[in-house]
Amino acid sequence: MRFYLCALLFVVFWSPAGLAVNPDEILKDPALEARARDISKGLRCLVCQNQSIDDSDASLAKDLRVLVRDRLRAGDSNEQVVTYVVSRYGDFVLLKPPFNSATLILWVGPFLLVIAGLIAIALFFRKNQTTAALPTGAKPLSKAEEKRLADLLAEAEQ
Amino acid sequence: MTAELGHFALILAMFIAMVQATLPLIGAQKNLPVWIELANPASYLQLALTTFAFGCLIHVYLISDFTVVNVVQNSHTAKPVLYKVAGAWGNHEGSLLLWVFILSLFGAAVALFGRNLPPAFKARVLSVQAMIAIGFYLFMLFTSNPFERVTPAPLNGTDLNPLLQDPGLAFHPPMLYLGYVGFSIAFSFAIAALIEGRVDAAWARWVRPWTLAAWVFLSGGIALGSWWAYYELGWGGWWFWDPVENASFMPWLAGTALLHSAVVVEKRDTLKGWTVLLAIVAFSMSLLGTFIVRSGVLTSVHAFATDPARGVFILLLLATVIGGSLALFAWRGPQLKSSGVFQPISREGALLFNNLVMTTGLAAVLLGTLYPLFIDVVGGAKISVGAPFFNAVFLPLMMPMIVAMAAGPFLNWKRGDLMPALGRLRFAFILALVAGAAAWSVETGGSFMGVIGIALAVWLAAGVLAEITERVRLFKAPPAQSLRRLRRIPRATWGMSLAHFGMALVIAGMAGAGGWKEESIQSMKPGEIVHVGGYDYRFDGARKAEGPNYDLVLGTFSVFKDGDLFVVLNPEKRFYPVTQMPTTEAAIHTTLMGDLYAVIGDEEGTDGKYVTRIYYNPLVVWMWIGTLVMMFGGGLSISDRRHRVGVPHRRQPLAPAATVPSS
Repeated sequence: MRFYLCALLFVVFWSPAGLAVNPDEILKDPALEARARDISKGLRCLVCQNQSIDDSDASLAKDLRVLVRDRLRAGDSNEQVVTYVVSRYGDFVLLKPPFNSATLILWVGPFLLVIAGLIAIALFFRKNQTTAALPTGAKPLSKAEEKRLADLLAEAEQ
Repeated sequence: MTAELGHFALILAMFIAMVQATLPLIGAQKNLPVWIELANPASYLQLALTTFAFGCLIHVYLISDFTVVNVVQNSHTAKPVLYKVAGAWGNHEGSLLLWVFILSLFGAAVALFGRNLPPAFKARVLSVQAMIAIGFYLFMLFTSNPFERVTPAPLNGTDLNPLLQDPGLAFHPPMLYLGYVGFSIAFSFAIAALIEGRVDAAWARWVRPWTLAAWVFLSGGIALGSWWAYYELGWGGWWFWDPVENASFMPWLAGTALLHSAVVVEKRDTLKGWTVLLAIVAFSMSLLGTFIVRSGVLTSVHAFATDPARGVFILLLLATVIGGSLALFAWRGPQLKSSGVFQPISREGALLFNNLVMTTGLAAVLLGTLYPLFIDVVGGAKISVGAPFFNAVFLPLMMPMIVAMAAGPFLNWKRGDLMPALGRLRFAFILALVAGAAAWSVETGGSFMGVIGIALAVWLAAGVLAEITERVRLFKAPPAQSLRRLRRIPRATWGMSLAHFGMALVIAGMAGAGGWKEESIQSMKPGEIVHVGGYDYRFDGARKAEGPNYDLVLGTFSVFKDGDLFVVLNPEKRFYPVTQMPTTEAAIHTTLMGDLYAVIGDEEGTDGKYVTRIYYNPLVVWMWIGTLVMMFGGGLSISDRRHRVGVPHRRQPLAPAATVPSS
């Protein structure tokens, strides 16, 4: 097991062949099949590392794909299918975790950080303004320096 | 013998690093020139020793010395030479050796090319480098020695994971590590600056080329990994928001932010503390990335605990480096006084906006990657955080930045005017709208993000071109003057424009592949035809054959465009008997508009029927071209005059007013 973990350098936990949906699973109705694919992309292959059932060729993923299609054929809506799968396997099966007390920080965190960042920047500018109002110790340009600056700028323009 | 020599070289290198970590630092503190001088030869010696050790490891792989555990576990006599060499770093222990080798390479490069650095400052930088190295040497020697022997030696090895036996992945780790480890230089510069309590324009100018180099390599490393996933995993996916991918993406985000804030430090003498913090964060993310991939913590917290020695060491090292540097920052950071003042709408403001987006993006990725572990540790319900989460959170965060990216370069330093800047972008805006509408009209039910992506890509690309046009005053000044202005554009500016333009290409590629991908999965008899993405694929059957260390099934597709033969595709399905693992070798024909992508699956029945998967992946090639353009831009920026000539001199705190020479 340790060898297995170690041998894998960068991306490693996909099942090797990466061949997922098989021709025999595909539904005849293209609209229904498209919905099945859509749902599959959001469901985790429970025995894989971070892989949706749509991308995995593990047999459990295949079972789930068939289950999703069976429910769709039985007339379930997309939400009903997902609710059904979650009722059997728990929230772990969802690649996009639901919004609840356990995932509050996960969902709200990034947006709180944006707000915190904006506030920090606003504070920075306020401080920046006050510092600007203070004398910096730099003397204003002398007449000769101003002329020199104008000359240089004119030179650069040409 | 070779293995022992390598092992001894590592031990010796560790002692050299201990000398390098202490004496020059003390010398710099107490102003002892001889001790300061010690840093240079110590760096060279460390490089020589790690090179030797690394060479020893490659040698035992090349001669298939199965008395070395590492070789047994990752090699096989039948393996092609390239993968024998690449096998040396395609595993935990070997990759750590690669890590310290690259670390000492960068250290020696600073010693060699840092002639214009003040000696005391350089000594401190090299000392910090050596401190990082000590952590890695200890980790290797005590928990992960690549030179460990085994008796009795087995007759043959257990082979390298076949997925890793691929040219793209052979060069992916060295490239990625050049990026990861490159940020150690920015880190050491930051720590040295904190020790000295001073950050100025010269500091920013020294840090920049090193950070750029790391950024270029890291971009290349990430793209190589992505490219590998694209062709090797067999369905044209190129980014999965997998924790190991996120691990390489987080330092990239921090490094990109650092590149932009360092510009503000150099030009405007402000945002100093923030820039130092970003340098610390960038390298901390590199360390975290190395270790979350290496420790097995990702599979589960429990896998992490199965090897407590490594796990505890890793945690200690991370805590020491990250905690120590942040503590130093908290102590010395407030002393870094900034003098530059600017308005929110200004070039500095735009760069700061980049930093805001990059860091919150980084935080979102970090949160998503570690959250399931965190919940697991505190004993909550197991949850998954996968691609749909990241797409929902990360992409909306990035969009405003892409919009701002086109406008930023038009703003003046200190105080910019937004309206004139936007006025100059009116053509870019119109082009983006037209492109978005055109993309929408050919929408095929894919993600609407594709349409937005195309519009953003055109907006950014047109914005970059508009900026260059403005800079040379094209059509506003006589052509000769425009040409002269064009020639005078500094390389760093070209670098920025190219990097931004490359980003636009990458976005176009992502949008195309995400929004308009077509696929067809079916069983095909020889002679059958399927129609995908405007091409007709005729399956001409498959035959079995043998490769150097695998068996294969070789399929043949004749692809027709409007009835004419366009290309013949030969996808393979390989089986590696030693590891008992299959791999898919997709056949890909790349065109500028999209990739034709064919995969052969399992045989069905006996009449030559096979499962086949045909994909059309639009615009994918632009992701790789765009990355190369970005990397080239980074390289061009490194070669800018100001990094080569006019050795940056530290401004004295209270310099006497310079007398203006009369020209």
